[in-house]
Amino acid sequence: MSFEVNGTNFPQTPRAGQCLRTFLRELGHFGVKKGCDAGDCGACTVLLDGEPVHSCLIPAFRAEGHAITTIEGLGGEHGAHPMQQAFLDAQGFQCGFCTAGMILTCASLNQAQRTDLGAALKGNICRCTGYRAIEDAIHGKTNVEATVEAGGAFGRSLPAPAGPDVVRGTARYTFDTAIDNLLHIKLLRSPHAHARIVAIDRSAAMAVPGVHAVLTHEDAPSVLFSTARHEKDWMDPEDTRILDDVVRFIGQKVAAIVAESEGAAEEACRRLKVDYEIVPALIDPEQAMMPGAPLVHPDRSSANRVADAQRNLVAETHGEFGDVASALATSAVTFEATFHSHRVQHAALETHGGLAWLDDAGVLNVRTSTQVPFLTRRALADIFQLPMDKVRVFCERVGGGFGGKQEMFVEDILALAALKTGRPVKLELTREEQFIATSTRHPMRVQIKAGADADGRLTALQLDVLSNTGAYGNHGGPVMFHALSESIAVYNCPNKRVDGFVVYTNTVPAGAFRGYGLPQTLIAVEAAIDELARQLGISPYEMRRRNIVRLGDPMLSPPESDYHDVLYGSYGLDQCIDLVERAMQADTPQPALSPEWLTGDGVALTMIDTVPPAGHIADAMIALNDDGGFDLTVGTAEFGNGTSTVHRQIAATVLATTVDRIRLRQSDTAHGGHDTGAYGSTGTFVAGKATQAAAVQLATELKAAAANAWLCDAGTCAIEGEFVVSGVRRMSFTELATLARETGRPLVAYGNSEGTPRSVGFNVQGFRIAVNKGTGEIRILRSVQAADAGVVANPMQCRGQIEGGVAQALGAALYEEMVIDANGRVTNPKFRDYHLPSFADVPRTEVLFAETSDTIGPLGAKSMSESPYNPVAAALGNAIADATGIRFTAPPFKPDRLFPALHDKFGD
Amino acid sequence: MDLNTITAVAHPQTRAQLLAWTPGDAWLAGGTWLFSEPQVHLTRLIDLTDLKWPALAITEGHLSIAATCTISQLDALSCPADWLAAPLIGQCCRAFLASFKIWKTATVGGNLCMSLPAGPMISLTAALDGICTIWKAGGGEQRIPVAEFVTGNQRNRLSPRDLLRQIDIPLAALKRRSAFRQISLAPVGRSAALLIGSLDDAGGLKLTVTASTVRPIQLSFPKPPDASALRTAITEEITDDLYHTDIHGKPLWRKHMTLRLAEEIRAELLGATPP
Repeated sequence: MSFEVNGTNFPQTPRAGQCLRTFLRELGHFGVKKGCDAGDCGACTVLLDGEPVHSCLIPAFRAEGHAITTIEGLGGEHGAHPMQQAFLDAQGFQCGFCTAGMILTCASLNQAQRTDLGAALKGNICRCTGYRAIEDAIHGKTNVEATVEAGGAFGRSLPAPAGPDVVRGTARYTFDTAIDNLLHIKLLRSPHAHARIVAIDRSAAMAVPGVHAVLTHEDAPSVLFSTARHEKDWMDPEDTRILDDVVRFIGQKVAAIVAESEGAAEEACRRLKVDYEIVPALIDPEQAMMPGAPLVHPDRSSANRVADAQRNLVAETHGEFGDVASALATSAVTFEATFHSHRVQHAALETHGGLAWLDDAGVLNVRTSTQVPFLTRRALADIFQLPMDKVRVFCERVGGGFGGKQEMFVEDILALAALKTGRPVKLELTREEQFIATSTRHPMRVQIKAGADADGRLTALQLDVLSNTGAYGNHGGPVMFHALSESIAVYNCPNKRVDGFVVYTNTVPAGAFRGYGLPQTLIAVEAAIDELARQLGISPYEMRRRNIVRLGDPMLSPPESDYHDVLYGSYGLDQCIDLVERAMQADTPQPALSPEWLTGDGVALTMIDTVPPAGHIADAMIALNDDGGFDLTVGTAEFGNGTSTVHRQIAATVLATTVDRIRLRQSDTAHGGHDTGAYGSTGTFVAGKATQAAAVQLATELKAAAANAWLCDAGTCAIEGEFVVSGVRRMSFTELATLARETGRPLVAYGNSEGTPRSVGFNVQGFRIAVNKGTGEIRILRSVQAADAGVVANPMQCRGQIEGGVAQALGAALYEEMVIDANGRVTNPKFRDYHLPSFADVPRTEVLFAETSDTIGPLGAKSMSESPYNPVAAALGNAIADATGIRFTAPPFKPDRLFPALHDKFGD
Repeated sequence: MDLNTITAVAHPQTRAQLLAWTPGDAWLAGGTWLFSEPQVHLTRLIDLTDLKWPALAITEGHLSIAATCTISQLDALSCPADWLAAPLIGQCCRAFLASFKIWKTATVGGNLCMSLPAGPMISLTAALDGICTIWKAGGGEQRIPVAEFVTGNQRNRLSPRDLLRQIDIPLAALKRRSAFRQISLAPVGRSAALLIGSLDDAGGLKLTVTASTVRPIQLSFPKPPDASALRTAITEEITDDLYHTDIHGKPLWRKHMTLRLAEEIRAELLGATPP
């Protein structure tokens, strides 16, 4: 057979049942991505005779005799295709994993299709951007700033350094490499929600040709750990083994097969005989603490940091300031309701997975899709009793995270398989495995009671939370604590009470998810603020103004916190409220709607600590190169958050140079130092501060080196445009590098940030919506978000983070829903049954920034990754209540879920 | 995705060559569903491409759509001016959850044989009185109206080894005035209700309900019904157990949307005021 790919003929023959996607990757075209492998996401789009197709659905043999064009060949000999350039100019990407497929599709659209992008792009999912930047690219809009003067990078809309590689399809993600002698891992997963493994018969599985190893609980260390990765291990319960002899949810890994091919490993999985003793399963979190409920982890105790295993209780919190009951009894108005936030999935387009091998020095190398390479190394060293310097964990560009990769779901098995076989191994989860066996957002039941006096001053706020952490307690406690913290600390109120419970169930584990619990409680708190305001006839904006914390007010949520390092490094919440109110009042054209459409406005706010508690550490190193440029080494990972851009901006600004002079190396434990990880929106606020410190130190040393050469006082020296100057004397960075080499004193500096003290950031979301009372459909007529991000390091990128957060949150608020049946099985583990927002679903959001400068963050900046997500569902719920007069308490707000109440109220 | 249990692909060129069917075989038309899910029970694919069935043919009485005709080919058909129902073709193609990129590969026959309630080619061909021709496993042919071919959610009248050959649409049906309504939980989501109405020369109304129900359901009104008669007929004919339930729409909502869209169609075709 012969296949023509990008003008080159390949003589290889695909396997009979092979799809074009994997065949093209085997031929080295790594720009062809796997998002779903089922035709739903479009990441694998290629051109077949010039027409876009999803290569995961095309039998490879059918491409014979047709011209195949992948992203790598789109530009041809003339460099970039205009659509590639357009995506670069508009920065129509974040993580970039969908970009190849998006560009190939967009480049193929005819004029008619370009007039209805919602329909034309329904086969291309972008999880990061919210599509506005993609629309800009299609319309040829340039969002990046042209050249920026030396020292002026910070605060400017500079492009992502990886951009050219992303649009050409040459950016390397986790699996985009060819490794000789590679073995493939497939996992046998439990069909039972709760069972003991009585016996495993490996013989039939081992007999499959190409199978090298069958790994079970008998092969796995007995060490207990948590898949959650935190700087402090004590934050999460130790309740997980790499492979266990008890399975606690449908989808839990039972055994790992290591084989020459994925096909052989799959076949061996099917032949592996596992004898289960099925035991009663707990599916309903409401039953978890009742007497007689099945116990998920009966053998765990407080020694494993499980609060009360005999009640399935992972963690709990209780506290009260003042006297809520008395206050409610005497309040002018009160509100009480119970909200249910459902289970949603991160749906990062790059699935979990990685590669592992032992190198010649005996170091275990793990290349993986993670937000936390350093913490994963630490865990692997602990579990396998290896010295830290014998384990290296690193990531290339990561195809989206959203919290889902603040976990160790695959690296443990990869390490076990590499150590057992001595061969390089690969494990790449399928999309279905992402749904049934990684992590989700924590489903929560949130009961709120709130009261206010006749002037609209809050008198009481009480939250009672039941959080379902699933079969393992990763992030269970911290998510609950976070959910009960900033959500009420943002309001001044003399009487506050919280009760929180996190329980195990025999369902897929919940874990870290963008917002980290706050969206689930905000939907209740922000509803209460609105409902109290409505009863009092006060506008929702005014009600909030009367109750929010102001600069200097204590930020309180009971019980008394152990942490006292959250400060007002800056404060822009008042500005955010004003900005949204003004924007919502602006006259804008609205579509003509029939009387069936009920319109309403909704607003919600959020506060977020800029760093997680109890320490978040980042090291940075920067060195002057011979060419006068700099090597900047940071630990934080890039997964579309844009921190790579920002780190270069910080260093270039401090060193009075341009970003192209800063070469960034990142997210590799082999580089030394430590980095807690890219979570909690810390990539700029914490790691950026380390970069700033390193750059400031290096600037000092550059001046000192020049002063030493000139025999002058370093205090007279300054850095200007890649020179150290003192009076009339000038020494270029290149000359300094030569000097350093000659004197044997390399110019290198280190910076560190401990993540404390912490500041606070704010977001306010406003919606104008219309609800069709006959169908339950919702249209978003206006969307505004104001953000207090301090000095905005990169307005273009920050806007993208906010738009992406709104889009992802709208997905959860309107469409996305993981359904778990009575037996604990996820019934819709695929994108076509789990509706991610596509181009047609996401309105444009007007993004506004408060003008503040943070005294703690680097160069005045604050974090802005998670928090734009947080107020969206709450604001939407408030808008629906305003439009319909009905308070819906359980997202997603889908037409079929709204309909019964609308029908009861409004009839046919 | 890779179908790793597949060890061979057959490329028959004639019907006679199709007869060597064995367990573990599957027909491969477009493959857009087949390659979208694991198929571990399969070992061989029988590719229908080399049978070279003409995608579309217009005879004196019929539009013949080969089972292997792709959605794109059907969508691109240029229809005579007197095919008043021609807009239904484009409307139903656009009702696919899948994008235009899939239309190049997915086939009309594949959509019928999948027999999902939301299959828009089922909606189209059922509403246009299409007749399926089935090549029976043991030889011979069977002809069944599309509306009877699909019997439930992912259930149809095909026996093992049977092959759907084509769908014939009477030209008379294409010449009827028609109306189309569709709703889903998201703007370009999977259809939760897809209704097509048409008027015959005698002024009768034919209503085809799909997507909201587990199988296509047709209601015929020899005389134009008023709103109340339409509603009564739907309520009587489509019992609650016939409404489909899954993540794409709850049955109660699907029922009400069916009633609503049916009335919209009635109003469009007959005017707001019943005669």
